[in-house]
Amino acid sequence: MAQGQMAPGIVAGRLSSDELTSNFTDLHPPLAPHEAAVAADRCYFCYDAPCVTACPTDIDIPLFIRQIQAGQPESAAKTIFDQNILGGMCARVCPTETLCEEACVRETAEGKPVEIGRLQRYATDTLMQAGVHPFTRAAPTGKTVAVIGAGPAGLACAHRLAMLGHDVVIFEAKPKPGGLNEYGIAAYKATNDFAQAEVDWLLKIGGITIRTGEALGRTVTLDSLRNDYDAVFLSIGLTGVNALRAQGEDLPGVRDAVDFIAEVRQADDLAQVPVGRNVVVIGGGMTAVDAAVKCKLLGAEKVTIAYRRGRAAMSASKYEQDLAASKGVCILCNVQPVAIHGNGAAAEIELEYTATVDGKLTGTGETIRLPADQVLKAIGQTLNGAPEGLALDGNKIAVDATGRTSVPGVWAGGDCAAGGEDLTVTAVAEGRDAAMDIHASLSA
Amino acid sequence: MADLKTNFLGIESPNPYWLASAPPTDKEYNVRRAFEAGWGGVVWKTLGSEGPPVVNVNGPRYGAIYGADRRLVGLNNIELITDRPLEVNLEEMARVKADYPDRALIASIMVPCEEEAWKAILPRVAETGADGIELNFGCPHGMSERGMGSAVGQVPDYIEMVTRWCKKYYDRPVIVKLTPNITDIRKPAAAARNGGADAVSLINTINSITSVNLDTFSPEPSIDGKGSHGGYCGPAVKPIALSMVSEIARAEATQGLPISGIGGVTTWRDAAEFMALGCGTVQVCTAAMTYGFKIIDELTAGLSQWMDEKGYSNVPEIVGRAVPNVTDWQYLNLNYVAKAKIDQDQCIKCGRCYAACEDTSHQAISMSPDRVFEVIDEECVACNLCVDVCPVEGCISMVPMAAGEVDPRTGKVVQPDYANWTTHPNNPMAKAAE
Repeated sequence: MAQGQMAPGIVAGRLSSDELTSNFTDLHPPLAPHEAAVAADRCYFCYDAPCVTACPTDIDIPLFIRQIQAGQPESAAKTIFDQNILGGMCARVCPTETLCEEACVRETAEGKPVEIGRLQRYATDTLMQAGVHPFTRAAPTGKTVAVIGAGPAGLACAHRLAMLGHDVVIFEAKPKPGGLNEYGIAAYKATNDFAQAEVDWLLKIGGITIRTGEALGRTVTLDSLRNDYDAVFLSIGLTGVNALRAQGEDLPGVRDAVDFIAEVRQADDLAQVPVGRNVVVIGGGMTAVDAAVKCKLLGAEKVTIAYRRGRAAMSASKYEQDLAASKGVCILCNVQPVAIHGNGAAAEIELEYTATVDGKLTGTGETIRLPADQVLKAIGQTLNGAPEGLALDGNKIAVDATGRTSVPGVWAGGDCAAGGEDLTVTAVAEGRDAAMDIHASLSA
Repeated sequence: MADLKTNFLGIESPNPYWLASAPPTDKEYNVRRAFEAGWGGVVWKTLGSEGPPVVNVNGPRYGAIYGADRRLVGLNNIELITDRPLEVNLEEMARVKADYPDRALIASIMVPCEEEAWKAILPRVAETGADGIELNFGCPHGMSERGMGSAVGQVPDYIEMVTRWCKKYYDRPVIVKLTPNITDIRKPAAAARNGGADAVSLINTINSITSVNLDTFSPEPSIDGKGSHGGYCGPAVKPIALSMVSEIARAEATQGLPISGIGGVTTWRDAAEFMALGCGTVQVCTAAMTYGFKIIDELTAGLSQWMDEKGYSNVPEIVGRAVPNVTDWQYLNLNYVAKAKIDQDQCIKCGRCYAACEDTSHQAISMSPDRVFEVIDEECVACNLCVDVCPVEGCISMVPMAAGEVDPRTGKVVQPDYANWTTHPNNPMAKAAE
């Protein structure tokens, strides 16, 4: 018997298994062939298309859509994978509404862009479900590259290097490869264990070994890797989290949103994942939205996103904000946490209203209290455990345009590296481009 | 409100829209539904001689060509004339005509090129009360292999001969339906007129294979792995039909001969265009086969509204209005100079105009880094390709230059007077200036 939304505290099984299954189905169900044909016909095959410019991996979007029109989704998939080997995941998780689809001329013309993301999924699903891996390796070069972190940047880098004839060893701290694709992406965006299936498919290129449970600084060091390998690519992500710096942050019931998201992703049975009755998520980005929506889908009665600035400043896209609202999440803007109150566990959160005065965010002194048996912190991740000796750019590893760090023979990409948005697609582009530069360097 | 009533060869119908002789008019059931829907007339599916009817293939009869979103733009068929007994068709025609005296009912006929065959069938058709007959000299598939259909329409002498027989044995209007599968449409039209035809109708369908199956290498539509050319119709053939209609409307030997226009009429606009080129009625088939009889509501309302907007009160006022403007290339005004103009407010920045012009035309459109597309007047020959490929109607237009302005491409002043190739200095055959 389900516990229901009203059960107090943080409890599992608020909803029935059927309700949970229904809640966690694909956010964007795949296009059926007829739907894909209709959607593809809308593409104008623009010259020097704005959608391509908007894509961090420069996928030739008009070409792949034309290939769908011409009845060959497999060729379309090859076009996508040529630029973005994780095109399957990106088709699911890219904020297309701020990338390719925002740039689509039909967005300009009609406010309805070509459904590029779903068409990309149609193409990539078709090829991947056929079990076809469309790339082969070049002749062996005898070189071996170490890649640290099996997230999107690391996988993209490894695949490109393997394709160019190099051998690759990926060191991954977590038990499973995939990085945020596996542990971070909202469950309703990557159903049916897609992240692992994608890694398995990607590895069909050959020449890539993944060693899980290997963490930089714990089981391997950068110095030893530099000695043992011809090049090193760092794609270690952002594993640190920012602190709230509010009284009561240590109370039970307060945790990092990324951990919560990972727990939901890794759960074999969603009915076993505990969630609060009144949840407050602190933050304004995609992580906040993902966590808040998940809480609602798990059966929390009231879920509030509390964000310190105005709605326009939220880094979650308008689409994501609307998604949250449509699931029943309340978005409360211009409030910042002051304290979390509770006797032995979180019970209430105290928020102070904010205002921007002379361009600076300040508290107004007026506060409100919301019931909160669960507080999720989604206020940003930070670089954690970067090796000594690497120059930093702000809080991230400094890199040049091709991913070279300040240390010779060491490249970096993905969220841990400076520059670009922290998106799967950006990570793929950086991994791929670093691989090309590593290749050039090793071939010199 | 404009009056759509039509009098064609003395045959009256409440509007100029007739259903062409084709599957939609093969039997009483369909024709009654068409009349109930509001169609002005029908040309009954072609009748053959008495005796065992023809047989059709038992596989696909149609093949199609699609535009975006699977919009049917071309249809091809290998269906023959009616495969029902003559007697059944005649009885049904008589019943329908009796019940719908205000609608046009025309009998399409295709029998061998023998006087006896026509002499035999014509009195029986007359008995039905049909308003007239249409001689099917057009179908390019199947029956043509037996010396009928387009096999007759391709030999002007035969057209004239058979038409003469029909005028001899039948006292109501005779319309000759022409095949487009011929080099010069004026010849068969003139032959029909010489034979005494009251009108011509065109075009019948065009020889066509819609596609080839790349698994079986059979043409489509495929019958057990083989295909045969069919007759092509639908929106894709409209330009061919309009041109042929216009040739008949303006040729000396055929001008004034009433025309029933056929070929891709899909909306009221298509109909108005056919009529402007001289057609007293239009015949519709593919549009009805694609969307059903209900399109007649748009066809009639649209034509009526346009006529009201333009101040035309009846059909004869629009018939032939465009004919004087159809001319030979050599008479086109070479002093007319236009330039493409892109409306930046309407531009959605797809760049198709740029790709078309840069790759395949005159490199007369520039593209800025922020995707502003502008016409380079120094290069623009006003070819219109950018207008044609632009997805936004009205975004790019062809703006004529005023006399006295200097064409930046040629450096020459635009002349106010008309001058054509016949007097152009580059023409070795040019007549000397008077």
